[in-house]
Amino acid sequence: MGIFLNYMKPELMISLIIFLLLILKLGKGMTNAALLPFIQVLILIGFLITLFLPAEGSLFHGMYRTGRLIGFQKAVLLLGVYLISLLCSGWLKKSEHLTEFIVLMLSALLGMFFLLSSGHLVMFFLSLELATIPVAAMSNFDLDKKASSEAAMKMILSSAFASGILLFGISLIYGITGTLYFDALVSRIEAGPLQVMAFVFLFSAFAFKLSVVPFHLWTADVYEGSPFPVTAFLSVVSKGAVAFTFVSVLYRVFQPLGELWHILLMITAVSTLVIGNLFALRQDNIKRFLAFSSIAQVGFILVGITANDASGTASVTYFILVYLFSNLAAFGVASVIADSTGRENISDYRGLYASHPMLCWVMALALFSLAGIPPTAGFFGKVFLLGAGASRGQLWLIVIAALNMVISLYYYLRVVRAMFMEKQLSPIGTITQELPVRFALLLCVAGILLTGLLSWIYEYIRLLI
Amino acid sequence: MNLLILITLPLLTAFAVLLSPKPQHARVFSLAGATLQLLIAVLLFLQYRASVSNGPWAFESMYDWYPSWHIGLHLGVDGISVAMILLTAFVVVAGVLVSWNVEKMPKEFHFLLILLSLGAYGFFISLDLFTLFFFLELAVIPKYLLIGVWGSGKKEYSANKLALMLMAGSALVLIGILALYYAQPAGAGSFDLTLIGKNNIPESTQKVIFPLLFVGFGIFTALFPFHTWVPDGHSSAPTAGSMFLAGISMKLGGYGCLRVATYLLPLGATYYSNTIIVLAAIAILYGAFATMMQNDLKYINAYSSVSHCGFVLLGIGMLTKTAITGAVFQMVSHGLMTALFFAVIGMVYERTHTRLVAQMGGLMKVLPFITTIMFIAGLCSLGLPGLSGFVAEMTVFMGSWEKVETIYRVITIAAGMSIVVTAVYILRAVGQTAMGPLAHEEYKGYRDASWNEKLAAIILVLGILAIGLAPFWLNDLVTPSTELIMKKILSSK
Repeated sequence: MGIFLNYMKPELMISLIIFLLLILKLGKGMTNAALLPFIQVLILIGFLITLFLPAEGSLFHGMYRTGRLIGFQKAVLLLGVYLISLLCSGWLKKSEHLTEFIVLMLSALLGMFFLLSSGHLVMFFLSLELATIPVAAMSNFDLDKKASSEAAMKMILSSAFASGILLFGISLIYGITGTLYFDALVSRIEAGPLQVMAFVFLFSAFAFKLSVVPFHLWTADVYEGSPFPVTAFLSVVSKGAVAFTFVSVLYRVFQPLGELWHILLMITAVSTLVIGNLFALRQDNIKRFLAFSSIAQVGFILVGITANDASGTASVTYFILVYLFSNLAAFGVASVIADSTGRENISDYRGLYASHPMLCWVMALALFSLAGIPPTAGFFGKVFLLGAGASRGQLWLIVIAALNMVISLYYYLRVVRAMFMEKQLSPIGTITQELPVRFALLLCVAGILLTGLLSWIYEYIRLLI
Repeated sequence: MNLLILITLPLLTAFAVLLSPKPQHARVFSLAGATLQLLIAVLLFLQYRASVSNGPWAFESMYDWYPSWHIGLHLGVDGISVAMILLTAFVVVAGVLVSWNVEKMPKEFHFLLILLSLGAYGFFISLDLFTLFFFLELAVIPKYLLIGVWGSGKKEYSANKLALMLMAGSALVLIGILALYYAQPAGAGSFDLTLIGKNNIPESTQKVIFPLLFVGFGIFTALFPFHTWVPDGHSSAPTAGSMFLAGISMKLGGYGCLRVATYLLPLGATYYSNTIIVLAAIAILYGAFATMMQNDLKYINAYSSVSHCGFVLLGIGMLTKTAITGAVFQMVSHGLMTALFFAVIGMVYERTHTRLVAQMGGLMKVLPFITTIMFIAGLCSLGLPGLSGFVAEMTVFMGSWEKVETIYRVITIAAGMSIVVTAVYILRAVGQTAMGPLAHEEYKGYRDASWNEKLAAIILVLGILAIGLAPFWLNDLVTPSTELIMKKILSSK
């Protein structure tokens, strides 16, 4: 029992918060304004416990396992949820169903925790579903907007499709190897035709969740239609969880098929980089813009994964942390602007610097970090991903990735240009920034600047592996 | 001297500027920081001359940064970097002085100027390729914002073009240094310039990596045909921005071509030497003829920069000791001279509100100080003996002449011809602006240079004269370091 409590601390924390919220909901005694800070503090406590009290070991014959790296990755996801709860407090306070929203978000997070800890394919499948279905419900939370329910529909249909593919792959694997335990699978997988087919199905399911091209088509519509906190959650926390799992499944379980997935990764990395970037060039809606930019970012992550050694795991984990700060800062600013003025187009940001310099600097820093420009952490994240990818000697892949950094700079600069250089045609009005939002943006900026310049964060991740 | 001070001081200055309570205070902090930095640079120069170092690098220091990637903050200087640091310090002080009266967001303006100088200082003292690359890219965004926000004309277009082309250059450099990292024996990969210099990289690998690094850095220093950002960028930038671009930023590229590409990959440099020479010669002639057709003072200076930076690449491409020394001279000389020219153009433009040569005339009568400075800058540009341009170009020609094959002779002569073209456009531009009758009556109300403009010009003119009249101190500074590079090139053959 003690071991159980110790190993499953993060999951138990989250479940506890969920139950607590449900009980509070029964009472109907609390207003949103009183409830939200309470929730934020609880999430923060969960984050601190997960980060500073990691456990190492496995339960249920290896079905559930945890380690220092997994603990750290869970902490990163929790940090993302904490920042989202702060950044979107304006939207959350106005929401009629705050408790339900938070419960759904935490349930998805719980699913991700189990996903990271899973050591068995059924457990893996169940937790992936738990991590996805609540998000579809969350997408529908702008109840009066048609686009929001459309987003939810697209999300649920495409993920159901991905789940089907995944299940098919799992059943094939079970048929061939007779086991679903990760540890037992490693020794029984070989490069036979059926196994390769099963693996490709599994790979496609991951590609769906990560919105890897050509499985990316749901991304932009879902991002655009969903409320800001959901888009932020999808693009940062969900992506992070799936990327972490992807790396560990590829490196741990499918090592015997290493050559195969190396080729698959290279092909999808190039297509994801190029398509993501090309589509991002012409977006005007900031959410669609960030959706395509996040597709391109996934392309860089895939380049890092090709390394197939400790540097790959470390650089991907590090990059997700950096990406979390950068993307959440960008989403935070966009959400604050949209909350006060209802505008979410890049062309509306023209001349914003004159009236709101601080917001513009935060946005610019976030975008520079996404583009990989020093001194932001994004620079280090990108260089380490490319450095890890280069270790396999595929120079052409690095050339394509590096040139895509140039293309991506073009569209990130478009936003900067609108804010700093162009003239305001129709004034955007005053933007109210509440204290929690300011605090969260400050945290993001600190993260963007310090995560890179202070090398011990990367070195710490490297030691966890 | 601990070289860390060269990057901490600009960093502190930048913070002071950013946190200054009133916008007017920002310029005071900025000037104080820049002046202090100039004093430190001079001190560094004196200490370097006095020091007897037994290795190629002086004042070396090493700090761990990312040990798992073998990345360290490895700092150190040789004669070439000291010359570059001096140049940077001169241009920064002058640039801050001419921006004394910037009215639009002065705090942000000075912050970006100092940030840009931080990138340059860091670049010149880094002996670690990752850190070097970090500082190289650090300087890109300040340039973009300086042009885009404070620029004139089609500023957004130029800013975008500059940022993207320089980013493409950086991307090539990044690929190059990653390739270098993995080209070393497995497990011994390093970004440390001094360590890579000791390893023998096979010729076939050098042939692949050299063009990546050389073109990457070359884009920064207007390597033909990647020079197109130079005219647009320089002409749209605010005065201090143009000064920094031409005086500092383009030198990052030349320095990188020499220190990283040529020094680390001597076999690659030898292999591609002819290509570089031809491209440089095209840049020199094309730049000169393109300048002839320009009517805008800033465009004249920007295109002539393409031509002058061609001499830097020509010197590097020739791979002889004298030619490389000449290339370094040309970097310093061109930095000072173009900064001075852009400063003067800014002063003229502030008064006449035009930069078109045809619309000006007779400025000598009303603006004696400014036009005199303009003459000095122009004469330096066309290589008048006694000024730095002559020393630099002459050294490059001498070095090129050491190569006896006909093709090198032909190219040297062709490059030499460009000086005649330079004389034509410089004399025409300066003559038209300064001489003759007053073009407009309202010129009579103009006031000559104010104290800050005078000071900025005098600082740069002093630098030009110091090199032009007494080139031996620069020669003594640079030659031992170029000798070491040459030794590496010759021993690798």
